[in-house]
Amino acid sequence: MHSPMKRDDGDQASQTAEPQRASVWVRARSIILSDYFILWLSIAYFLALAPFLPTLTNPANLSNLLSNTWPLLAVAIGQTFVLTIAGIDLSQGAVIGFTSTVMALLAATTASPDVLSGAPVWGIFIDETGGLFHGLPFSVTLSLVAMLMVGTLVGVMNGLAIAYLRMPPFMMTLVTMIVISAFAVWITQSENIRHLPEHLIMLGKGDIISVYFGEQDRSQIPRREIFTLIGYPAIITVALAVAAHILLNKTVFGRQVIAVGANRKAAEISGVPVKRVIVIVFAISAFCATVGAILYGARLEAGRPTLGEGTFLLDVIGATVIGGTSLFGGKGKIIWTVFGVIFFVLLSNTLNLMNLSTFHIDMAKGAVILCAALLDVARNRYARELGG
Amino acid sequence: MSALLGLHRLSKSWFGVPAVTDMTLEIPAGICLGMIGENGAGKSTLMNMIGGVVAPTSGSMTWRGEPYDPKTPADAKASGIAFIHQELNLFTNLTVAENIFVDEFPRRLGLIDKRQMIGRTRALLDRLNLHAEPETPVGNLAPGERQLVEIAKALHREAALIIFDEPTTSLTARETDKLFETIRALRADGATIVYISHILGEVKALSDHLAVLRDGHLVDEGPIERFDIPAMINAMIGRELSAIYPARSSQPADEVVLEADGLSQAGVVEDICFKLHRGEILGIFGLMGSGRSELARMIFGVDPTGSGTLFMHDQPVTGDTRERIARGMAFVTENRREEGLMMDATISDNLSLVTIEDFGRPPVALIDRERLKARTEGVRDEVRIKAANIATQAARALSGGNQQKVVIGKWLLGAPQLFILDEPTRGVDVGAKHEIYTIIDKLAASGSAVLLISSELEELMGTCDRILVMAQGEITGAFAKDAFSEAAIIAAAFKEVAA
Repeated sequence: MHSPMKRDDGDQASQTAEPQRASVWVRARSIILSDYFILWLSIAYFLALAPFLPTLTNPANLSNLLSNTWPLLAVAIGQTFVLTIAGIDLSQGAVIGFTSTVMALLAATTASPDVLSGAPVWGIFIDETGGLFHGLPFSVTLSLVAMLMVGTLVGVMNGLAIAYLRMPPFMMTLVTMIVISAFAVWITQSENIRHLPEHLIMLGKGDIISVYFGEQDRSQIPRREIFTLIGYPAIITVALAVAAHILLNKTVFGRQVIAVGANRKAAEISGVPVKRVIVIVFAISAFCATVGAILYGARLEAGRPTLGEGTFLLDVIGATVIGGTSLFGGKGKIIWTVFGVIFFVLLSNTLNLMNLSTFHIDMAKGAVILCAALLDVARNRYARELGG
Repeated sequence: MSALLGLHRLSKSWFGVPAVTDMTLEIPAGICLGMIGENGAGKSTLMNMIGGVVAPTSGSMTWRGEPYDPKTPADAKASGIAFIHQELNLFTNLTVAENIFVDEFPRRLGLIDKRQMIGRTRALLDRLNLHAEPETPVGNLAPGERQLVEIAKALHREAALIIFDEPTTSLTARETDKLFETIRALRADGATIVYISHILGEVKALSDHLAVLRDGHLVDEGPIERFDIPAMINAMIGRELSAIYPARSSQPADEVVLEADGLSQAGVVEDICFKLHRGEILGIFGLMGSGRSELARMIFGVDPTGSGTLFMHDQPVTGDTRERIARGMAFVTENRREEGLMMDATISDNLSLVTIEDFGRPPVALIDRERLKARTEGVRDEVRIKAANIATQAARALSGGNQQKVVIGKWLLGAPQLFILDEPTRGVDVGAKHEIYTIIDKLAASGSAVLLISSELEELMGTCDRILVMAQGEITGAFAKDAFSEAAIIAAAFKEVAA
């Protein structure tokens, strides 16, 4: 009964008892526990490496950094929701490959029989006259809506199995990953589907605000000397991030997501519709992955069934966890994920600029993710000590 | 008589906040020392220092006259100090023998010598009068039996000092009696015991000597004869407590809120019928395994009901927990940590969990933070949660009593007509118990019906208008307030068992 009262004047007591040590401790801890810790870390990292890697601050590289940030962020936003309910979604990469294929199968303007005539989809979804929706009014919009629905449906199925059949998220999404990915490769016989309409490609690369740093002495500026600052991917992803931020941190649904992650049993007993929350969260995750598929596919100017394979999932989960969303559930913020993605993209970029091989890059990334996981454990412990 | 364990001006502070201050205490060999104090009085910190879990900020300890400075729990173990905690440290998937020998398996030719392990385990179990096979998985044992396995571990290591921390919280009355017999036998064999408990009657019955902690200080100690229960309470809370149980301030109405008609679930409860009135506090007493908690969970829809009907305001109750909450039910679980609270979430997030949907503003259910803050602050004052800042402090940081107030408080943001309280004062100190009883009385006075489930008969007799007794899944007795009799109620609780 007396202990909480005692804790109330803890700050005064600590100042009198061990003024020096306590204040250093408290400051170090408050930085590590702050929402902006990873942002400060990213800025410090950037400033520390800038003198050694001159290309880092080069406008072309900065533009490239930004363009790598948007699609990864879109996908990581979805993963943030899943990690917050103490789940994990391994199927995001496969959803990207599958839905980018769906997008291309519906929207392509033409296709080459030399490449695709052996695929099961030939003649049903796609032929020389283009994809299924090609030629219809608003065909690009229709294709995007259909692909988002297909992607979200995959997430709903994940969620239903996890919530109602009590499948462990790891197992269920692993199975989904394997099946969806194999399905996408089979229907296309592992071929890229090219010839996306110009409108669609704009979503991946179209620029709205660009910069040019050269002399104004020519009537025409070559395209490669113009650097995109804000493009459609930026607009799409920022809109997604703002909506996700509001949803997770400011709405009733967001509170329920956090409650399910913090203590599922307590949430159930308190009347939180736990199963519905789980289904929606996995649907959000797949939806975000599909948005990522639009951006990646449009940038690639093709639907690729193997998009999102390999270590892509490592990037998504790594960036989310580095941001500070806890693997143990109950804690997640979109802003953390934004900073985590910025840090991760910066890290990948600098490792590339150092001319390291992909093997070395993956090894370094793995080490950083390990540090992030350790940081998560340490943060949890500090937060607990701070509290009790 | 020389001291087995001596504490000399021992202090510990956490980030400058003192938890134990200047404590000097000698524990002579061969005694049973009772230790009492409210939650947060410093008992746990003191035990953690003795056990090598945390290092003292200042002061020193001696063990058998030698300086004692354990760096790790293993050091304490090696010295001969054993802890029996309320949450047991057993591997439920391993057998009794494996649990006892887990830190050092007897080996022969590099392999585990199973025969020797089982033989030695059987000897230990016999000594403790525990009739269990060494090869039974611990998960199959009852809580009381698990406790004895924990003691067997201590005996196996030949511990000279055995520290019991709230050992009886999850035991039935009979298991508790058996534990006491065991503790007395251990002492007769020369072991030294420290017994920490909130249940003052137990401490009084068991100890030779008493130490009372309050706010990190040793406020009183002496031979147990010097203390009666009121004196113990006064020493613990440092003020007079006129009565633990506040007088009932209202009368039940005639209106029936909840009616159970033949509720049954095979192997759990059988043909449960009762009526609960508006403004009434109805107690349900039963031993562990009598089906009292299971009945509560069935009424709230957490566990399934086999047959029978439940009526609330004469309308049948169906559907899951969520629908029942919408009908006006509230449930305070006996497992505060596992089911009641989000320990790492803030107090106000915990308080607002049940009613969060009422704070959403259309169209996208954005939370109305101002209104939420006003309501949570209101409830915090209503149940008197002692916290500096409910918006930033985690539930984990609260004492047991205040955590329980949060679990009750989260229902008060709505307006439930029926409260189902399952062991609401478990693991809560005396002062907070009094406050919780006051809250329960207020709930009834404001027109709610209260179903109070407890294994503490005294508590039910002190707070209820009526008591139902359960044994082996059936109702075996019903007592109105003027007919409360400890002997008759206990007899009803044992009815089926004795027959």
